[in-house]
Amino acid sequence: MPGIDLPAATGLWCVPGFLCLAGVAAAVGQRKLATPLIYGGSLALALVALGAALTCFLQPGPPWTLALPIGLPGIGARFRVDALSAFFLVVVNLGAAITSLYALGYGRHEEAPARVLPFYAAFLAGMNLVIFADDAFTYLLAWEFMSLASWAIVLARHRDPANSRAAFLYLVMASFGTLCLLLGFGLLAGPAGGYAFETIRRVSHTPFAATLAVVLALLGAGSKAGLVPLHVWLPLAHPAAPSHVSALLSGVMTKVGVYGFTRIVLDLAGPPNPWFGLTVLTLGGITAAIGVLYALMQHDLKRLLAYHTVENIGIIFIGLGLALAFRANGIKVAAALALTAALFHVFNHSVFKSLLFFGAGAVLTAAGERDMERLGGLIHRMPQTTVAFLIGCAAISALPPLNGFVSEWLTFQAILVSPDLPQWGLKLTVPAAGALLALSAALAAACFVKAFGVTFLGRPRSAAAKAAMEVDTFSLTAMFLLAAICFLAGVLPGFVIDALSPLTAMLTGGTMPHQAALPWMSIAPIAESRSSYNGLIILTFLIASGSVTAMAIHRFATRATRRSAIWDCGFPLDAPQTQYGSASFSMPIRRVFGTVVFSVFERVDMPRPGELRAGSFRMRIIDPAWRLAYGPIARGVASISLILNQLQFLTIRRYLTLVVCTLIALLLLVATWR
Amino acid sequence: MSKLWFDVAHLLAGGMLVLSFALLYQDRIAAVINVFALQAVALSLSVAWQALVQGAPHLMVTAAIALIVKGFVIPTALHHIIRRMQIHREVEEVIGSGLTMLTGLGLVALSILLVQPVGEVSIYVREDLAFALAVILLGLLMMITRRNAVTQVVGFMSLENGLVLAATGAKGMPLVVEISVAFSILIAFIVFGIFVFRIRERFDTVDVRALDRFRGERRDVS
Amino acid sequence: MALIVDFFLQGVQMMLVVAIAPAVLGLTRKVKARLLRRIGPPVLQPYRDLWKLMHKEAVLAHNASWIYRTAPYLIFAATWVAAALVPSYAAGLLFSWSADLIAIVALLGTARFALALAGMDVGTAFGGIGSSREMMIASLAEPAMLLIVFTVALVAGTTQLSAVATLFSTGSAGLRVSLGLGLFAFLLVAIAENARIPIDNPATHLELTMVHEAMVLEYSGRHLAMIEAASAVKLVLYFSLIACLFAPLGIAGPGAAASDYALGIAAYLGKLFVLALLLPIAETGVAKMRVFRYPLFVGSAFAAAALAVFLLFVSKGF
Repeated sequence: MPGIDLPAATGLWCVPGFLCLAGVAAAVGQRKLATPLIYGGSLALALVALGAALTCFLQPGPPWTLALPIGLPGIGARFRVDALSAFFLVVVNLGAAITSLYALGYGRHEEAPARVLPFYAAFLAGMNLVIFADDAFTYLLAWEFMSLASWAIVLARHRDPANSRAAFLYLVMASFGTLCLLLGFGLLAGPAGGYAFETIRRVSHTPFAATLAVVLALLGAGSKAGLVPLHVWLPLAHPAAPSHVSALLSGVMTKVGVYGFTRIVLDLAGPPNPWFGLTVLTLGGITAAIGVLYALMQHDLKRLLAYHTVENIGIIFIGLGLALAFRANGIKVAAALALTAALFHVFNHSVFKSLLFFGAGAVLTAAGERDMERLGGLIHRMPQTTVAFLIGCAAISALPPLNGFVSEWLTFQAILVSPDLPQWGLKLTVPAAGALLALSAALAAACFVKAFGVTFLGRPRSAAAKAAMEVDTFSLTAMFLLAAICFLAGVLPGFVIDALSPLTAMLTGGTMPHQAALPWMSIAPIAESRSSYNGLIILTFLIASGSVTAMAIHRFATRATRRSAIWDCGFPLDAPQTQYGSASFSMPIRRVFGTVVFSVFERVDMPRPGELRAGSFRMRIIDPAWRLAYGPIARGVASISLILNQLQFLTIRRYLTLVVCTLIALLLLVATWR
Repeated sequence: MSKLWFDVAHLLAGGMLVLSFALLYQDRIAAVINVFALQAVALSLSVAWQALVQGAPHLMVTAAIALIVKGFVIPTALHHIIRRMQIHREVEEVIGSGLTMLTGLGLVALSILLVQPVGEVSIYVREDLAFALAVILLGLLMMITRRNAVTQVVGFMSLENGLVLAATGAKGMPLVVEISVAFSILIAFIVFGIFVFRIRERFDTVDVRALDRFRGERRDVS
Repeated sequence: MALIVDFFLQGVQMMLVVAIAPAVLGLTRKVKARLLRRIGPPVLQPYRDLWKLMHKEAVLAHNASWIYRTAPYLIFAATWVAAALVPSYAAGLLFSWSADLIAIVALLGTARFALALAGMDVGTAFGGIGSSREMMIASLAEPAMLLIVFTVALVAGTTQLSAVATLFSTGSAGLRVSLGLGLFAFLLVAIAENARIPIDNPATHLELTMVHEAMVLEYSGRHLAMIEAASAVKLVLYFSLIACLFAPLGIAGPGAAASDYALGIAAYLGKLFVLALLLPIAETGVAKMRVFRYPLFVGSAFAAAALAVFLLFVSKGF
């Protein structure tokens, strides 16, 4: 067994590689050749890193560590690759590689490549480094580097005021997240200041410190991942970037947030308390439902996808919460099942969300439009993009036999084990979370029927949509690669589950049963007598029964077909605006959940009979997070700063008085504290 | 304790809980009263079953009181009232039925959580307590989410059904208490009845908001 | 040899559900007509309809895409596969483990997804209205369905339908109010999912409140035949689910004798007959609901299923 030294070191070397690439991009960004050079270089490096990560991931062994004498004195910079980081490295670099491939085609349409290219490579370096980091200092440095690099890309099209506002909001939230993580690591390191993860892992934390650290990790990593109510920046910032970067932000960077949470809570913070599980689970359920409901209300294709990321993060956190709850109660197999479900969904979501953002990017290139109310009928103009996008839609809607279904099915299976939990609060909460999960899965299907149906089906709603052209080969290859992964992971999930088992053994102490041993390549989370699923057989049956039926009918009945005008109950209307659009499609759901979830303001101006002016209907939906959480904070900050503003106009004597008073107060505090 | 014994008790008590939800679901006053009568019948069956199993004949009296007074007399009287006042139309709700039912589910979960730590009693007593508490809370919920005085009366009496269920489950309360409870309910019903008539006479509606307006507490009539 | 027998038994189930589906539909129509004091079409009429539709030419709109043409086959295939995996006359068939209850429900979701897309393909207002409402109803029904699954899994300890049917047919589950509530909730969900009154009216084509019929308005010929067949199979699927979960009497266990299988088929047909009698009776008694009453209707299924879970916790946990 050669061990994982070489691949892990190779993977780490890719980080300086990306940084060099960023330097090159900064130097030559204006040239025409820069775009293929940088994206080609990123593709090559990401492929190397992906190969290295896959080798580490598929070859379970003792973790690889490295300490470099750079960074803070006494700590240095430590790096480590274990099963968890190897898995996330696979996710990050797979996303990075395919995104670079896509960008080889898509990036040509970029107006200001010099504003994107350097930060793109730096962003990839940052994400990799976060996962390699093995001490708090390196981790936070890499985290902040990643945040700033991505912030710069979000700001790439700064002329649009909406974009710069989104970037500002992102910066504020990212700083808040880093602050929380900083405090959390400080608590975990304790007064002795052992910032290396190795030390943190060995020290036993007081329950108070552990709880507080978990809460801070939830806030810090959750703000990056997009947990409700910390998600508000996400649907604004992710779509603001160029589409391939949106794919990275939504598909990959949110997963780095999930990695941060998993690392801190499941690995570093010591044995969990069951109530952590309850909190995470509840937040996850709410996040899933809110995310998908707001996704349904969007008319901007990219913003719809970004809101939908929030939903998927919710699903992942439901899995993580279950894993925490089971682990706290020593139910190891179930904890392994829940963790596998969450991580499988991490992988799946990174794949299909990237695919969908690529599709949205392709639509944007082809039609120059991302408002769904002005799209439609693209299936005739962009047939290949349509197929790839459709596969992505079906996968994210958790439809068998694709991959999204498998991870949600595993989450459901973990939920079904919940009656074994001894805590009554958990027993009663888990079914509720399950109901929320089912609700969000069904709403996701509605959401993507809308996204696909309005964008690609029907008749074009604008001249631009009518004139759209199919996109380039690079983009199509990238999309079809991802679509193929969706199929493979859905049909042969057993391999993914088996590959995750060293990871679950490390974090929960348990593993799921060995899946490759089951007949016919089916999967069974706990035992075959309890539940099992076989994507391969389902797919075979679907293809067989569908095609046999079609052939039989064509052969023995008739295959005569005639084209004619639309019937539409005998009264077809020519104007494409009479089709169901985005707003009309989601109206019933808006009405049903309206009072509870949305703050909808509708203004209908209906001219009276005989009046000749046009009628109008305006609707505004405000995310309740703004009203309930951020509004009061913003008002509070404003009023406090108004008060503190007076401090700017004092005499020197008064300033000195203030300083002395503060000093005395602090000294008093120290004196009484002892 | 045999399994069948437990299953039947579970069935009857659970049935009462389901009927409490049915009360929340109904949107016509006549239907509300019918469901209430059904709940009273379920209560009397449940109490009779307890009497049989616990070998406590006095519980049979309770069962009979529940059946006759709450299963027949009061519903008939209520039907009479709504016919006389012609208010057998839709129930006026403060919040939507869906939200009310979700709240109700939350209350059931809460009552299970509350009863669960009660130790040192046998499992069926705890179960009875959980169901009874849930029925009581749902009755309260019905009282606060309905505007009509008649539905409030029904909510109150459904709450009382829960009380009786709790009492019989806990191995018998004395007959005297039973009878006095039953009578207090009857009296409460009469008081409510008069109350309803008085509101009706004075304000020409049985919407209790009329009282608020009369007291000057509520300026806006939403 | 044993494998061939297993394949044969699975094949019998697969063929049975498809072969019987139009007759079940015809029976419900007949009963309904009799209840309305009409004579009604013969029970076997749906077979003739399908036959006729299959031999007619299919008329497509000019802008209909490949999705419109393939969706009917996909819908039919997904529904058929799902129906073939629900134990009807025997438990523990060869492929019964390839999908549990959740996966079967999700397969129906695949069919629904395809149908909703097909409804939006041509770009008419009717198609869109149907798709939009169908997805709304589905999203409301799904949480209730999950809680029903949860109830069953709590009682039986498994979501594998064969195992559930085997366990319940021994009667060891006892007298449980939760299972009754689960059945009630399941009936409501089944009504909503199968587009029956009071949610939708399968008998009309020209009513503005329609859901399912609006989506398939443009379809004709063999495509329409596929969709009609799929909805008949879906009805049989839900009947089989009710029979398998709540009345599993007579289901042949694994490795039973030939006579047991014959008995199982007879029992299954009997159960389908009874359910096909009961459904129109229930339908005749109620009126079609307004669209925005649906949430309350499906919501009561959710409440019933949630109550079932709570009651199970109470009776099992203490």
